[in-house]
Amino acid sequence: MRALDRKLWRDLFHMRGQAAAIASVIACGIAVFVGARSTLRSLEEARQSYYERYRFAEVFSGLRRAPRSVAERIREIPGIAAVDDRIVEGVILDVPGLAEPAVAKLISLPDSGEPHLNGIHLLRGRFPETFRTGEVLAEEAFVDEHDFEPGDSVEAVLNGRLQKLTIVGVGMSPEYITTIQGGSLWPDDKRFGIFWMPRRQMEAAFEMEGAFNDVALSLASGAMEAEVIRLLDRRLLRYGGLGAIGRDLHVSHRFITDELAQLRIMSLIPPSIFLGVAVFLLNVSLRRILTLQREQVAALKAFGYSTARIGLHYAGMVGVIVAIGAFVGCGLGLWMGKSMTGMYVEFYRFPGTLFRIDPLVLATGTGLGFLSAMVGVATSVRHAVSVPAAEAMRPEPPADYRPSFIERLGWHRFLSQSSRMILRELARRPAKAVMTTIGIAFACAVLVVGSFGKDAVDFLIDFQFGLQERHDASLTFYEAVPARAISSLRNISGVEEVEVSRSVPVRIVHGQFSRQTSLAGLGERRELFRLLDTGGHVVELPPAGLLLSSALASILKVRPGELVRVEVLDYERPVREIPVVGLVDDFAGTAAYMSLPALHTFLGEPPVITGAWIRILEGRENTVFRKLKETPVISGVTLQRVAVEGFMESFADNILRMRMYNVAFACVIAIGVVYNSARVALSERSRELATLRVIGFTRHEVSAILLGELFFLTALAIPLGFAIGYGLCFLISTALETELYRIPLVLNPSTYVFAGLVVMVAAAGSGLLVRRGIDRLDLVAVLKSRE
Amino acid sequence: MKKSLSDGEWPWEVDADIIRLYPAREASLGAFSMSTEASHEIVYEARDLAKVYRMGEVTVHALRGIDVSFYESELVVLLGHSGSGKSTLLNILGGLDVPSSGEVFYRSRKMSDFSEAELTRYRREHVGFVFQFYNLIPSLTARENVGLVTEIARDPMRPEDALALVGLAERMDRFPSQLSGGEQQRVAIARAIAKQPDVLLCDEPTGALDLETGILVLEAIDRVNRELGTTTVVITHNSVIAEMAHRVIRLSDGRIESITSNATVRQARELNW
Repeated sequence: MRALDRKLWRDLFHMRGQAAAIASVIACGIAVFVGARSTLRSLEEARQSYYERYRFAEVFSGLRRAPRSVAERIREIPGIAAVDDRIVEGVILDVPGLAEPAVAKLISLPDSGEPHLNGIHLLRGRFPETFRTGEVLAEEAFVDEHDFEPGDSVEAVLNGRLQKLTIVGVGMSPEYITTIQGGSLWPDDKRFGIFWMPRRQMEAAFEMEGAFNDVALSLASGAMEAEVIRLLDRRLLRYGGLGAIGRDLHVSHRFITDELAQLRIMSLIPPSIFLGVAVFLLNVSLRRILTLQREQVAALKAFGYSTARIGLHYAGMVGVIVAIGAFVGCGLGLWMGKSMTGMYVEFYRFPGTLFRIDPLVLATGTGLGFLSAMVGVATSVRHAVSVPAAEAMRPEPPADYRPSFIERLGWHRFLSQSSRMILRELARRPAKAVMTTIGIAFACAVLVVGSFGKDAVDFLIDFQFGLQERHDASLTFYEAVPARAISSLRNISGVEEVEVSRSVPVRIVHGQFSRQTSLAGLGERRELFRLLDTGGHVVELPPAGLLLSSALASILKVRPGELVRVEVLDYERPVREIPVVGLVDDFAGTAAYMSLPALHTFLGEPPVITGAWIRILEGRENTVFRKLKETPVISGVTLQRVAVEGFMESFADNILRMRMYNVAFACVIAIGVVYNSARVALSERSRELATLRVIGFTRHEVSAILLGELFFLTALAIPLGFAIGYGLCFLISTALETELYRIPLVLNPSTYVFAGLVVMVAAAGSGLLVRRGIDRLDLVAVLKSRE
Repeated sequence: MKKSLSDGEWPWEVDADIIRLYPAREASLGAFSMSTEASHEIVYEARDLAKVYRMGEVTVHALRGIDVSFYESELVVLLGHSGSGKSTLLNILGGLDVPSSGEVFYRSRKMSDFSEAELTRYRREHVGFVFQFYNLIPSLTARENVGLVTEIARDPMRPEDALALVGLAERMDRFPSQLSGGEQQRVAIARAIAKQPDVLLCDEPTGALDLETGILVLEAIDRVNRELGTTTVVITHNSVIAEMAHRVIRLSDGRIESITSNATVRQARELNW
């Protein structure tokens, strides 16, 4: 080993505490990058290959009913590669051991062979036999939730008739990577499942012989999706087409796409913070080393080492630290990626193993680490090694101090000598103080951001179920039923209150913008389902005109007072220009509302309803559920509150895990910054501190001077960290805003308290580590030497 | 300023009130003389003091069995070449270092019995240090450097008075970087005496200074000893400085070579080297 290399390793060993702290920060940055990116790549690739292998369709449309010959004509539309016509029906299930009714979506399977599109990956058992009644293939999530095995059965109401469905196989499909019931925001695998059934059986059960009510298409390469959708809608017009959608509006696809967007942000923001902090720490530490080794640099030059060679030597020190950080970071990142992917598998189901190691991700992470570190320290190194040898031989000029700003204000009377030392040290190098503060503040911000997701979801749940949806169950009917049906619901013993609604699929058009959604007619009494803005205030529903969710209004670029064209996609398909009379500034969905009588008039129909919300007397749930299971008109029951609670419960572990990551990360940053700054300060001021010890200051008092500065900066950093954290949450909530959700910018006070406490504890801990250095100051040696 | 001095005057203007405010210790009567040695109380007593360092593989015997006493109000110069053990002795007296064997008594109290906290208190209340390289706190002005000590001492002078005693009344609000070397050392002396210590320990106080400024610094030390009666120990390798001492202790190779009393004690300003 060359002498200079030996020096490098010994210098590194000498500063091992600091080097470890810096390497840890780098490791965290690279770990988050590698973890999030690998998960992202794994999910993207898994989705892509799943879609390709199982032929996930690109355009979807529901319709009332059409003869199968129509499917042949659809195939003639230019740009279509494959067409799969099917029968899709919602049914109520009575699942053993589950008091409340569950809902299944029954999808027809071709009588022979596999579906052309949206293929099924068989996990266990077999496909159902065409001629055997009551055999189904079930989607994995529902089966796992109930621990079903092939051979188990459930009871279902098929078109008014109770029938036993036997699960003969378990499968999964790219169409249902996540299963979310229409109109719902959360997956509820306990109460919603996907069943595939032979076409012949479904035709018989639902009187659909030779007909279909759902179609999926794939596009030929180069086809224009919008054009295909337009032609398909036109072709299905006569058959009650409910409006075709592309993948972008497909629930499962959209959920995963949103998740991937989140991961992409996660792979960018936190690593930038970590690497930024690491660059700062490297800079401070290296500067100190270069100051201490000023004379060594001069000597090396005098011996004939070139400036570049000496520069390379110091860059090498940084390089070793980054390399250690990158090595640990890549390992940690892969572990994180694996565990995050494992988390996703609980919610998104893909065939086969998901997690893939992508060497490119590892290389990019490592490269980013090196790049940022080298850019960060280049100036200091260049400055230090380019000082002429003779000049470098002389000690650096003594530090120049001035009364600090606060003292110039005339407040010096109130300050002890120790406080003055602290203030002047800060005033002498404000940039360093500011950077230290920002560094610690980011530790705090990381914690704030880490808790943001949970705070926002808690708020949304409280908002949705505490204020907005105050019912126990929401029911949907197969068909529009006369409004007087409400009384038979009311007569169910145990039902306390009932409110009704009428929903129709519509396309709302404003100029060149249009959006397919559902238009809900709401009754006068709105206690179980209230229209609220984000402030929690009740929004009035005028007797005429449309009320739009503000997300929908911004998609359509429409303002209250303007007219939109409403095209109903069902029944007589009336079209009418209707004024937008107001906006609902809500958190989820793209809904449109009208008063119930106005909607009836618009549709030219007698008072009918398609859904209801009910509130159940406490303790009477099971009786009501039993009755609902027997009511043939009901096609769907959603128990959102129960669903969300279950969802959150199953998510609690993951939330805890994420929180632990965040605490660990924040501690690494806080300890890294505080420990490093304290070490550097101790090295710079050991002489001063030793003098104080000699003239009679206790260790405690001396520590107070050294650490006082850092605690002062920590105290400044915490509120700054709150502000930065809030800002980052704002960025994140804006970046992640989708049509499905608007994330409320809500942070609980406990989040701030927690963040502040963790940072304080981390700072105090690193202070204690450095205090040992103060205790070990060699008083005699320090005083004997000239600085 | 120096030329206009007459015997018994400070080399700079000092308010007579300051001297009255901080009178000499009871036992000292302004000037120490050898004839009164016996009547002076013993401040330090060292018995068979030895100090062994381990520097890697090498064992260094810094002190090899020293027996010596220091008396109230005397000014002692420790003379010796580098490595003779004089700094080690001073550091042990000042509570910065502990002997390997032997005993030191400070006013009859065994210093080896002092706990870490007691040593700190001892330094805080009884000892004033002056170092070769001043060791001022760069972020504090002259006044504040002295204030550093007066804030924690039991019965201190006012920092302004201490600085006036060393002739820096006019430059109290300068930072160390704005003062000359001699001025910085005088601030260090003011800082050392401001607590009104029992003993003033000076390690090569003029080592980094030129002759003229060195003498100004020595005058300050001399005055502190005479006017305040502070027991003073000065380390130097400059034998000329020994002429201002009551007693001169010569060390060589960790042993006391000789202890001599000066028949005539010269004033600092009469020295020349």
